[in-house]
Amino acid sequence: MIHPAFEEVTEHHHVDDATFKKRVRNTTILLSVITVIELAIGLAIYNIHKGENPSELLVLMFKGMVCILTLAKAYYIVSVFMHLGDEIRNMIMTIVVPLLLFVWFIGAFIWDGSSYKNLRNKYDRHFKESTMPVKHGAHK
Amino acid sequence: MSTTTTFVQQNKWWTGGKSPFNLEYGKLMMWYFLMSDAFTFGAFLISYGTIRFSQNFWPDPNVVFNAFPGAGHANLPLAFVSVMTFILIISSVTMVLAVHAGHNNDKKGVIKWLIWTIIGGAAFLGCQAWEWHHLITGEHAVLMDGQLNIVGQTTSVNPWGDLVTNEAAIAALAKTPHETLVNLAHLSDHNITHAAAMKMNHDDLMKTVTANLDALHIRKNGPVAFGGYFFGITGFHGFHVFSGVVINIVMLIMTQKDVFAKRGHYLMIEKAGLYWHFVDLVWVFVFLCFYLI
Repeated sequence: MIHPAFEEVTEHHHVDDATFKKRVRNTTILLSVITVIELAIGLAIYNIHKGENPSELLVLMFKGMVCILTLAKAYYIVSVFMHLGDEIRNMIMTIVVPLLLFVWFIGAFIWDGSSYKNLRNKYDRHFKESTMPVKHGAHK
Repeated sequence: MSTTTTFVQQNKWWTGGKSPFNLEYGKLMMWYFLMSDAFTFGAFLISYGTIRFSQNFWPDPNVVFNAFPGAGHANLPLAFVSVMTFILIISSVTMVLAVHAGHNNDKKGVIKWLIWTIIGGAAFLGCQAWEWHHLITGEHAVLMDGQLNIVGQTTSVNPWGDLVTNEAAIAALAKTPHETLVNLAHLSDHNITHAAAMKMNHDDLMKTVTANLDALHIRKNGPVAFGGYFFGITGFHGFHVFSGVVINIVMLIMTQKDVFAKRGHYLMIEKAGLYWHFVDLVWVFVFLCFYLI
């Protein structure tokens, strides 16, 4: 079925219906399960915050887990639903390599925000006193 | 997959006369557009992260987003946003099925799955409209400038600050204007109708509100940037969903008019599909940044 619009495309992906359906079903289940786990972790964080002495480290670990799970979800959406995984390697690299800028982008800007907070807490007493949360013990 | 790999090894891609990326031009350009759009969304979310990390206090999402349509004042953290997330995941799946039907030149299949995708997108937008409305028109007792106020979540005020001690709340009560006291009395105890609270004198209002302080969950005002970032980023995402729905409606009309059938291929559905999946992809990160962490 060579059509004029297809001329530039030399190889076509043809997946038989059974394989395709299986793949879509598995990915859907996977995405749903990851989302449910994320929600469970979200509720766990909520309950930790409600408790007497919330453990900041535990909350941070849970938040890190949610971030990793989100990246896994993103990978499956892009690779399976958007079929990027089926494209040829050179093309994938033109998308993925520029996105590596995010590694610096996220790190540098989060660091900057945190540094600004520390500087203000050190030199701006009004900022510190008016914004620092008071320890209530149990949150309502 | 395996056939593609062997093919890649055998072919000299850069000898001309064919796409070296084995992709139709429009589809490749859609990919590059989506990559640039990812940077736009990424920059917004990173800027939100920068501001959040520069603050000593940031609202707990489980406190902010705990409402569900029709559930009144029930505390249901994460419930509604999980509905929204599943709506988008399912509409992404129906889009995959529409694209696949296009591969098989199955016009009926394309129409069926596109309609489901459009319904999913519209449902998501409806949920978002409800959520925005609920946040903006919400009534929360907030201690600001030494007195109590009743405010909702907007781009200029944030009612989700740190919880206030009862002593501080009672001190602020003395400086609170009469009209706000009337509203606070009604807010603290819904058995007191607004009309009944209007008839009460100032001292009785003070007593009623003081007795029901716990029901009010009085907070300080939180970081103002929260509202701008929330409405800005979810609004920008919602705008993408909206344009995705419009694109899918155009695709549906073109399919029904046999435009793609006459052309001999449904490549256009693939490009619309890429855009739609990207909208789902962005939501995954918006969901993470605003609701989960």
